[in-house]
Amino acid sequence: MSTLSPTRETATNLPRAGRGPRSGGGAWWIYLLLFLGILILVGPFVWMVLGSFKTTGELRQVPPTWFPEAPTLANYEDLFSRLNFLGYFFNSTVVALAVTVGNIVFCSMLGYALAKLEFPGKRILFVVVLGTLMVPSVVTFMPLFVLTANLGLVNTHAGLILPFLVGAFGVFLMRQFIAGLPDELLDAARVDGAGEHYIFWRIILPLCGPALATLGILTFLGSWNSFLWPLVVATSDTMYTLPVAIALFATGQQETNIALLMAGSVVVIVPVLIVFIALQRYFTQGIAMTGIK
Amino acid sequence: MQSNARAVGAGRTASTAGRSPRRDALVAWSFALPFLLLFLVFMAGPILVALITSFTDLRVTDIRNPLSVDFVGIENYAAVLGDERFQKAAANTSAYVLVGVPLAIALGLGAALLLNQGIVKFRTFFRVGFYLPVVTSIVAISVVWRILLGTETGLVNAILGAFGVDGPGWLSDERFALWSLVAMAVWHSLGSLMVIFLAGLQTISGDLYEAAEVDGANRWQRFRGITFPLLRPTLLFAGVITGIGYVQFFEEVYVMTQGGPLNSTVSLAYYAYDQFSFGNYAYTAAIAFVLFIAIAVLTAIQFRLLRPAT
Repeated sequence: MSTLSPTRETATNLPRAGRGPRSGGGAWWIYLLLFLGILILVGPFVWMVLGSFKTTGELRQVPPTWFPEAPTLANYEDLFSRLNFLGYFFNSTVVALAVTVGNIVFCSMLGYALAKLEFPGKRILFVVVLGTLMVPSVVTFMPLFVLTANLGLVNTHAGLILPFLVGAFGVFLMRQFIAGLPDELLDAARVDGAGEHYIFWRIILPLCGPALATLGILTFLGSWNSFLWPLVVATSDTMYTLPVAIALFATGQQETNIALLMAGSVVVIVPVLIVFIALQRYFTQGIAMTGIK
Repeated sequence: MQSNARAVGAGRTASTAGRSPRRDALVAWSFALPFLLLFLVFMAGPILVALITSFTDLRVTDIRNPLSVDFVGIENYAAVLGDERFQKAAANTSAYVLVGVPLAIALGLGAALLLNQGIVKFRTFFRVGFYLPVVTSIVAISVVWRILLGTETGLVNAILGAFGVDGPGWLSDERFALWSLVAMAVWHSLGSLMVIFLAGLQTISGDLYEAAEVDGANRWQRFRGITFPLLRPTLLFAGVITGIGYVQFFEEVYVMTQGGPLNSTVSLAYYAYDQFSFGNYAYTAAIAFVLFIAIAVLTAIQFRLLRPAT
């Protein structure tokens, strides 16, 4: 993680995991503050999960309870049998998978061209693509809707997917990563007569594992959580994604059914939390790879 | 990075000496093409169309022949800027960004510095725990927070009640609603800032702190003299990406307050969406471009303020 410098102090320190000025055990007040932070940051999730097993009646009790007095699965039964949450879950999954595959393929192709090939217009292309990182989605959603309507794709999976198949972030990430791969590898393959497409698919892409994992996870997550576009383009119950469904229920017909809303939130959030905890190093890798060195 | 790029270029020239540059360019563009087509149709094109539309009278009724609209000059912008609800939205968005971003950065930096104090036990636990809100759907978590902040039955007021404090209607009282949204946004994004700062802190050599300690510098002086200046590029990066996100706040408003009470939480993005749902497409485009300009200005200011002193 960090380079060990042989100084006077190092001998008396723990392995310098922290790299901080004082690499001792860490004072008690630091732990106290950190645990307080955890309580505030994780507490709402715990409360949400516990709440999803309560009745709306219990959730409206004053003072509120922590643990469900009479745990019930009725909220989940409601979501999946009375309401169409299985369908929303399916829509969210299909859209997120398609968007992820698109970004992985198209962004790494362009990333390769930008990192390892020479062509006129390369610089401008990179600047223009990167520049769109700054453009808020609120600028594009209206023209996109007009376009989608004229293509006849409103309220279809294609309409949900197409606008997000490529993105500037993926290009940036893949270009950075591929630029770091040694040129000797490419030159050797070229000497052997390999074409650029062979080199990309057979040599470069297999070496991009960590970057692709990061891009894939972040793209999937972004799509899973995205709201404005699905809200606009999914016009009927059959095409709602999970965030659209939960937002519309929370502001409409189920507004007061807070137990159901809690369970709905669990369905949106918990799968992501599980994936995150299992794969957390790829999330932080993304920041290390795109940023700041 | 610079020298690396040059080396890449040099390597290419050497290895392609035998091939025609035109063929090379064609091959390169073939890699770019699929991306470019999608990018032009679904990103660059719509940006341009939005800009043009903001000078027209496009409405939902024109959706089948968007080319038949008339140009109205800067009428939409004039109408937007003179609109009271827009002014309220602009003020709310400014307050949200100017309070939320520094607060999130300060707390994220605080968390990173705490974790960097040689915390060995539970290190991963803290890092993962702090990051947890970042990965969650802001729509879903807004639903949860709306219930948490409920006046009578919410957990927050119950906890305050246990200390004898009579909590207000966090989302129903116009004096508190916007700040409640700011608090939730900070809660949501703090973890990503912490991770960015942890990565930044890794690049600062521990030797510097040791040298400073030998010279008798205290904790604060070491922060002012070493951590802060060396973290400038990281702060800039964090400020810019957080700012761009905060300027667009929308989901919280949609789920938690619908802009209310009394427009006290209406944001520019929410207002643009609102106008879209009324069918005022040209008006939506004008609001969106004002928002875009705000982002550009904010980014430029941050670059000026936090430019690494060289």
